[in-house]
Amino acid sequence: MKKVTDEKVAVMIPRELHDKIKEKIAGTSFTSVEEYVVLKLENEFPDETEYTEEEEQIIRERLRRLGYIE
Amino acid sequence: MVEVSSELRLDLENIASGLYSPLTGPMTQNDYLTVLAKGRLSDDLPWTVPILLDVSDEAAEGFGEGDTVTLMCEGEPFAKLTVEEKYGWDKEVHSERIYKTTDPAHPGVAKTYDRNDTLVGGPIEVFKEYPGKFPRYRLKPRETRFLFKEKGWRTVAGFQTRNAPHIGHEYVQKTALAFVDGLFINPLIGKKKAGDFTDEVIIESYEALFQNYFLRNSATLVTLEMEMRYAGPKEAIHHAIVRKNYGCSHFIVGRDHAGVGDYYGPFEAQEIFEDYPDLGVMPIFFRNFFHCRKCGGPQNEKICPHGEEDHVNYKGRVMRELLLKGLRPDETQMRPEVVDAILRHSKPFVE
Repeated sequence: MKKVTDEKVAVMIPRELHDKIKEKIAGTSFTSVEEYVVLKLENEFPDETEYTEEEEQIIRERLRRLGYIE
Repeated sequence: MVEVSSELRLDLENIASGLYSPLTGPMTQNDYLTVLAKGRLSDDLPWTVPILLDVSDEAAEGFGEGDTVTLMCEGEPFAKLTVEEKYGWDKEVHSERIYKTTDPAHPGVAKTYDRNDTLVGGPIEVFKEYPGKFPRYRLKPRETRFLFKEKGWRTVAGFQTRNAPHIGHEYVQKTALAFVDGLFINPLIGKKKAGDFTDEVIIESYEALFQNYFLRNSATLVTLEMEMRYAGPKEAIHHAIVRKNYGCSHFIVGRDHAGVGDYYGPFEAQEIFEDYPDLGVMPIFFRNFFHCRKCGGPQNEKICPHGEEDHVNYKGRVMRELLLKGLRPDETQMRPEVVDAILRHSKPFVE
C-alpha cells in the first residue's frame, strides 16, 4: 500500500475487476469505482456504535430490567 | 403551537431516536422532491418514503422560516421544530410516485388526499417521549445495537411483520437464522387497516411462539411503532433502512412485502432492491412456502420434489377467516400455542 495523504491510502486491485465494477456501476448513483469499493468495504466493516461508560451502564440496566439480557 | 396526529408523532420520535437516520426532521422540499423523483435524498442516500409534516393553512400563517414551533399531540407538547421551509405539494404526483396509483381506495393514497396542503421542513428536537404502546418491547437503535453486541451477534436478520405468526413465517425466520447469528423480530405497532391483527394479538402470539419454539439466545422481539403505508416496494426499502438503523445486517423480504390489494406485483418489493446496491443492509428474499403432505412439513419449490396436489399453501386470509369464527387452523398451519393466544381475544382483528 502506498500512502497518498494522511486521510487516504491507495490499494491496487486487478484491472479486470476494476473494469467489471466500472461496467456494473454505469448509470447508477455511483460516480466512481472507488466510491463503490469503499461502500462495499464499509458494509463489511461497519462503524461500531460508541457509548460512554455512563450510557453503557444505563442501557445495560434497562435491557436487564426488560429481560433482554441477564 | 401546531397539533399533529399520533402517527406523525411516532414518525417524529423515530427521527429523534435515530431510527430514520440520516433524517434530522420532517423533509424540506429539496429532499422531498428527490425522494419522489429518484427514491433518494438530495445527497443521494437511499430514501423512499417521504416523512412529511403537514399543517393547516391557519397554523402555517402563524409562523415563518427561522421560527421555532412547538409541536403537540392530543394537547401534549412534545417537540420543537425549527422551521427551515414551508412549501406546497401535489398529492396526485406524490401518490403516483410513492404508491404507484392515484386510486383513493388505496389506504396510503386516501390518507395522502386527507392531509393538509402545506408542508413544513426543518430539524426537530423531541423533549417529551411517548412511552409506547408496549414499553416492555420498545427499544431505540442505540439500545438494540448494544443488545446485539452484548449477545455477540455480528450478523442479525430483521423480520418485519404485521401478523400473528403462522408456520410459514416461522419457517422463513428459522431458515434465515440458519446463516446469521441472531433474529430480530420487529412487529409493526401502529395504525393498520381493518382486518389486520390487533397490536395486542401480534405481541401475545409472538410471545407464545418465543416461549415454545425459539432459542432464547438466538432471537429477540422488539416493537416498531410506525404507521403502515402499504407502499409495497417503496416501503420495503424504507423498512430495510429502519432495520439497518436498528443494527441489522440483513433484512428479510417476502412475497408482496407491505402490499395491499393488487397494486403491486408479488415480487416487486424484492426487485426494487436491485436499484439500491448501496443500501448497507443485505436483503434476504423468500418466495413461496407451503406445507407438503408427503414431506410432512414446511417446504418451498426449490427443495420439495412433490407435486402441487401434496402442497397446502399458508394462506393468512383463510387462517384469519377461521379465527374470526373462533375456529382453530390446522396444526400444520399455525402453532396451537399461537392459536390459543389469538383466541384469548374476543376481537383479534382491527375493525
